[in-house]
Amino acid sequence: MSLPGWLTVERRPAPSAWVVFGISFAAIIAALVAAGIFFQAYGVSPFRAYGDILRGALGSELGLTETIRRMIPLLVIGIGLAVAFRALFWNIGADGQLLIGAVAASGIALFSGIPDPLLIPAMFLGGFLGGAAWGVVPAFLKARLGINDVITTLMLNYVAISIVEWLIHGPWKGPTMRGFAYTDKFPAAAVLPTIATTRIHWPTLLIGLVAAAIFFLLVQRTRLGFEIRVVGENPYAARFSGISRTKVTVLAMVISGGLAGIAGVGEVAGIHHMLLGPSHISLGYGYTAIIVAWLARRNPLAVIVTSFLFGVIMRGGDVIKVSLGLPFQLVNVFNGLILFFLIGSEILMRYRIRIGRREAA
Amino acid sequence: MRTEASLTTSVPDGVRAVVEMRGIVKRFPGVVANDGIDLTVSKGEIHCLLGENGAGKTTLMRILYGLYQPDEGAILLHGQAVRISSPKAALAHRIGMVHQHFHLVPTLSVEENIVLGLSEGTGPFLRVRRTRDRIERLAEEYGLPVDPVAKVWQLSVGQQQRVEILKALYRDADVLIMDEPTSVLTPQEVESLFGTLRTLVDDGLTVVFITHKLDEVMEISDRVTVLRKGRVVATVRTKATTKEELATMMVGREVVFRIEKTPPQRGEKVLEVRDLSADNDRGLPALRGVSFDLYAGEILGVAGVSGNGQHELSEVLTGLRKAHRGSAFLETRNLANASAREIADLGVAHVPTERIRMGTVPTMTIRENLILKSYRTAQFCRWIFLDEKEAHRNACGAMKEYEISAPSDGTIARNLSGGNIQRLVLARELCGSPKLVVAAHPTYGLDVGATEQIRQVLLDQRDRGAGILLISEDLDEILQLSDRILILFGGEVMGIVQSSEADLEEIGLMMAGSRRREVTV
Repeated sequence: MSLPGWLTVERRPAPSAWVVFGISFAAIIAALVAAGIFFQAYGVSPFRAYGDILRGALGSELGLTETIRRMIPLLVIGIGLAVAFRALFWNIGADGQLLIGAVAASGIALFSGIPDPLLIPAMFLGGFLGGAAWGVVPAFLKARLGINDVITTLMLNYVAISIVEWLIHGPWKGPTMRGFAYTDKFPAAAVLPTIATTRIHWPTLLIGLVAAAIFFLLVQRTRLGFEIRVVGENPYAARFSGISRTKVTVLAMVISGGLAGIAGVGEVAGIHHMLLGPSHISLGYGYTAIIVAWLARRNPLAVIVTSFLFGVIMRGGDVIKVSLGLPFQLVNVFNGLILFFLIGSEILMRYRIRIGRREAA
Repeated sequence: MRTEASLTTSVPDGVRAVVEMRGIVKRFPGVVANDGIDLTVSKGEIHCLLGENGAGKTTLMRILYGLYQPDEGAILLHGQAVRISSPKAALAHRIGMVHQHFHLVPTLSVEENIVLGLSEGTGPFLRVRRTRDRIERLAEEYGLPVDPVAKVWQLSVGQQQRVEILKALYRDADVLIMDEPTSVLTPQEVESLFGTLRTLVDDGLTVVFITHKLDEVMEISDRVTVLRKGRVVATVRTKATTKEELATMMVGREVVFRIEKTPPQRGEKVLEVRDLSADNDRGLPALRGVSFDLYAGEILGVAGVSGNGQHELSEVLTGLRKAHRGSAFLETRNLANASAREIADLGVAHVPTERIRMGTVPTMTIRENLILKSYRTAQFCRWIFLDEKEAHRNACGAMKEYEISAPSDGTIARNLSGGNIQRLVLARELCGSPKLVVAAHPTYGLDVGATEQIRQVLLDQRDRGAGILLISEDLDEILQLSDRILILFGGEVMGIVQSSEADLEEIGLMMAGSRRREVTV
């Protein structure tokens, strides 16, 4: 690689928190600028678009509550992904784990006959276990057979989608739904309470906020967290110290898959009140949460902030669809650009680039 | 000690300076690696760069090879000022470098490696015949026998080094930089390398030879430039100096070359290895029926050229590799195929070959690295939480006892020097008085001060009553520390000799596999 003479690249010692924050911030700005080109291409001034997004997401009570509604699944999933990524397990399958969690919750809500007061706790537990089971499969495949985690987790998403489709078209298709591919409506006892008339299903939000604190402590302060960090930072040293990679990977994926499952419970029990088409349950939350976790630099507490930011962006997608007639998919373009710049900026954490020509002799 | 004018020679009259580096300054964050270095290398000489680790030798040569840009200073080649922006530019100026760690593609053949990156041939095709002829001609001319169609992964380290040299020669290098080329070779291979280097300079090439071994300087070089802490101490004619003088210049004080060693107080048998066999990472036999005993209070040195089974031996004994035959009894417990954790819990310490990759987590703190093995013991645990205060106390004690110098125990391990990292590993492994210490290359790449300290630590452990298996490619180290020496070749024990009656010549031959002694374990 050759650089122009006026640039010098140097190794950076451990970056400070401010450097990390500054670089992450710069990456987002760069993504905003790049996305602006797309807005411009649609004939919309990027400033107007960003203005509309901010006003629509934060400027009104409705906007803010919708932002938080989008934030909830991103928060819950993002925490789990932060833990999995810490253990160096690339869980790209949170969307599938979310769907399986939704399936488990729907099954319990519709068919279990559990007494009303226990129904919602049972659904959360079932959703957690379902998502965890879905996540543990690739963990075993990787730890025992060395099969690539990115591929297995990703492919299991499609299996989960097919399971949901089969259920709503087949055995679970609701008799009261006039031929639509939905299950029946959940009984009232299986519906999550919301804050006033909003769509903020607060139990899931609460779980997310508490989980952020718990898993932050788990990673930073506990024995298991120590093992997760050692495996993630240097698997060779983990082997050397007798830390079982299988155990750590599986436990990390129980957490990651389980939390994604809980996000699925929240969506079906808090928003839709039934199991329906996979693309309606998740707007790609499992993928967006990857960016949420990375932007939080794999810190579960920071996920609270970054999931809110992406709540704004997703809400912004709804807004620009209505106010500017732009496709919602622009949000995905924007998300992709953020991830792109974020990963690109990783190198700036390790190296600094100085402007200044070395005196050529 | 400052530079003495009388020691510094200018370039002899009538001999052209091939390379001149003037006032080179290179700063890295927190350290000045080169602090105003002047170096003049004349045509047709072997010029040694001598210095401890961290003296700035490799940095200086990486600047010459275009890998780093100097912050200040000028480079002149044949009297012309040049800017060397990349290794490609360096090669265009006919400067080649053989790195300490080779840059070869293991799955490609020798000739493919040699032409890799060159734009010759017709269109997308290589001119195999012509390439091969030229490689064979160069190999013959300079005494670098190697099979052009062999895959690189099949070659010994010494052969791989030949490929690296051929690579440089194939690119018409007339200045060849060798970065610590002998650290991985047998005595015989070193001789052959020196033969090659002499032929090269006879042919008018120039060699810059980086080393920290004084014997090599005396044997091979015409002139030597001694660096210390990024500055030139002196450049002298080799014939006009002595080993002792160079050593003093290098470390800035008198060096004690002999460590005080008391006769061993041999105790009970600690380890009984019988017929141990294991494969290497490629699934090929690496240990073939190894048997030996190790006693408390002795150091058993394992000598051998790298890749002859010593790495696998250390891994089998520490639970990192499966043995498919044989046993290794520590008292009544068989270590073969026990887990790394079980073995550590039995009181076996392991100082691993790759101290950074295996022995530490570079991104974690000194405090955390020090409890890498003991984090689950009652001492460091409170329910499911780690006891930070206890870890801190532990770290403070260890840093003091082992003289780990760092701003605090919260310093990230990556920011430590090699010597401090090794002290950290030793501090962790040796706490709790282990019965058996498996130490692999404990001082590899460390400066004289750290080396001395770490060797002393191992001797102290021996005198305390631990049995120590010392694996090293540094024969001097083996001879200096061991009570008995076991020689491995091709995964077999070629012999075990008392170090008091060790003969370097004979050990060299055993390491090369051409002599075997009856083994009495």
